[in-house]
Amino acid sequence: MSEAAERRYDVVIIGSGAGGGTVAQELAPLVRDGRRVVVLEKGPRLGDAEFTGRELEMAAALYADTGGFLTADGTMTLAFASVYGGSTVVYTGTSLTAPERVIRRWSVPGLDHADIVTRSERFAAQNGVHLLEDSLINDNNRLFVEGGRKAGFRVEQFPVNVQGCRGSSLCNLGCPNQAKQGTNRVQLPRAEREGVEVVTRAEVIRIGGDRSLLVRVAARPPGAKGGPAEWPPGEYRVRARTVVCAAGAIGTPALLLRSALPARLPQLGHGFTCHPALVLVGEHPRDITNDVGHPKSYFVDRAAEDGFVLETCMYFPFVTAKSLTGFGASHSAMMRAFPRLQMILLLACDRAVPGNRVGVDRAGRPVVHYRFTPETLKALARGTRAAVRIFFAAGARRVHVPADPPLITASEADRLDARVAARHFLPGRVSISAAHLMGGCGMGGSTADSVTDAWGRVHGLPWLRVADASLFPDSLEINPYLTIMALADRVAECVRAEVREPVNA
Amino acid sequence: MQRLFAAVVTTVVPEAARLDATGWTDLERIVEQALADRPASLRRGLKVFLRLIDWIAVVRYARRFSALDAARRARLLASIERAPLLLVRRGFWGLRTLVFMGYYGRPAAATEIGYRADPRGWEVRR
Repeated sequence: MSEAAERRYDVVIIGSGAGGGTVAQELAPLVRDGRRVVVLEKGPRLGDAEFTGRELEMAAALYADTGGFLTADGTMTLAFASVYGGSTVVYTGTSLTAPERVIRRWSVPGLDHADIVTRSERFAAQNGVHLLEDSLINDNNRLFVEGGRKAGFRVEQFPVNVQGCRGSSLCNLGCPNQAKQGTNRVQLPRAEREGVEVVTRAEVIRIGGDRSLLVRVAARPPGAKGGPAEWPPGEYRVRARTVVCAAGAIGTPALLLRSALPARLPQLGHGFTCHPALVLVGEHPRDITNDVGHPKSYFVDRAAEDGFVLETCMYFPFVTAKSLTGFGASHSAMMRAFPRLQMILLLACDRAVPGNRVGVDRAGRPVVHYRFTPETLKALARGTRAAVRIFFAAGARRVHVPADPPLITASEADRLDARVAARHFLPGRVSISAAHLMGGCGMGGSTADSVTDAWGRVHGLPWLRVADASLFPDSLEINPYLTIMALADRVAECVRAEVREPVNA
Repeated sequence: MQRLFAAVVTTVVPEAARLDATGWTDLERIVEQALADRPASLRRGLKVFLRLIDWIAVVRYARRFSALDAARRARLLASIERAPLLLVRRGFWGLRTLVFMGYYGRPAAATEIGYRADPRGWEVRR
């Protein structure tokens, strides 16, 4: 490698999502003191006009594997973004604080719930989190509230971080109006204004024990969305005093696994959880507003009691078609009823179990090994029955769910236990996907039970930090981004205190 | 192989039988693009899986899949979808996903089913 391809920094941050973007912002004051901080993001940086809302086009531009990353046995799709801003570009902006019971169950020495709450509140305020005004709520969400309450559930409104939302309903394809306040809109621009460098299309191949990173910067493919990389395409050796990994719950464990790290980390990659999710639909007798308005405004949290959460949602034609069970006439009938469809996203609260983990293949690419436990499948069945009750209570005339046959009419509402059972959730047949990817570098007390301490410090390698959802030692049971920001803030606080003198002064 | 694939497509999405030449070209282009972005092993696997469907049709009905009537095609694919072997189930799941991508990924299909999401949101719907 040529001399020109070597770069030196005080802090290198890998990834620019909820974790990396937060660390970048919080370390920006170091730049004023003469330190050098860089963010290396594998994905491109898109211009505002490039967010068109067109389904396949945006999925290809924003998501890893165009949104089709599969677990090793092919039974679940994992959706995560690869772009400036990471998955904060493609979430719906729902902003919840970690439940106390979850943080208590994690029992990480040195991590307490009050600290998470304080930090989450700060970022919620920074991102303009609020309850969406009533005039912007669409029928799909209103029917969920109405049906949920009639069915006896406690329905809550999601605080969201959108500002100036026009109701495109296209959040998961990247907001075409830049209303969603992800790290691409708030933390990263702020960090860049203060002198933090961000290099896009920069993939970290591995991290050496000498704190040097092998980085490959890609050229912009012809016709692709996004600007060119900030560095000329090629390979770089980047040396750093401190390395912060925030490449997500798949990217970070995979990177550390393929790196030659001088530490024994037997828990690396283990403890992967993801809230396996199903899209369920109910058909109403009349057209409703569903593909206009913020898609995810309300939820029912049954995590503690029944192991599932129900959320409003609205997806696009291909994702909807793929998510429904089966094919042929009954499937087509539901697709043709699109303007009358109410949609509910069911998330199962899975738990960290042995065997569910992130690994790498021979080429160093991430491989996610995941098996559905009987408890998870039962939670999916319970959640589906609850969703069906909400659909019917809201006035739906029939629903389409993983059952045999999948169409259930209102007249069958009293036979739900027989019509929807765990046996219908056959992995490989039912379309299950997940977007809340967690674990793999869990926090804890020692190498026996974890990869990092409560401040994201990798055991045995104090210069190496983790600052993303891979830190979660178990499922969070809610949408994770505020908790990721809170944990990343803790990591940044430590790094700020430790980085004193620039290496290349 | 193209005839077999078309028979699978029209079984998975019956409306695809009404596609004109342009519609089919669009569908195939989307599928080809999706496969081009995937490992060669996946493309090979897809071809093998299509041949398996044809082979099962011959064993069960003494006819190629594309020669079966619509009801038999649907029954055969439904049995594959529920196969005891995960490998077979996930093969079908992958195939149907590709078909749905090709069919519903076309802007024309989105219009036909009444999907009207627009970046301008409420402004164009009130």
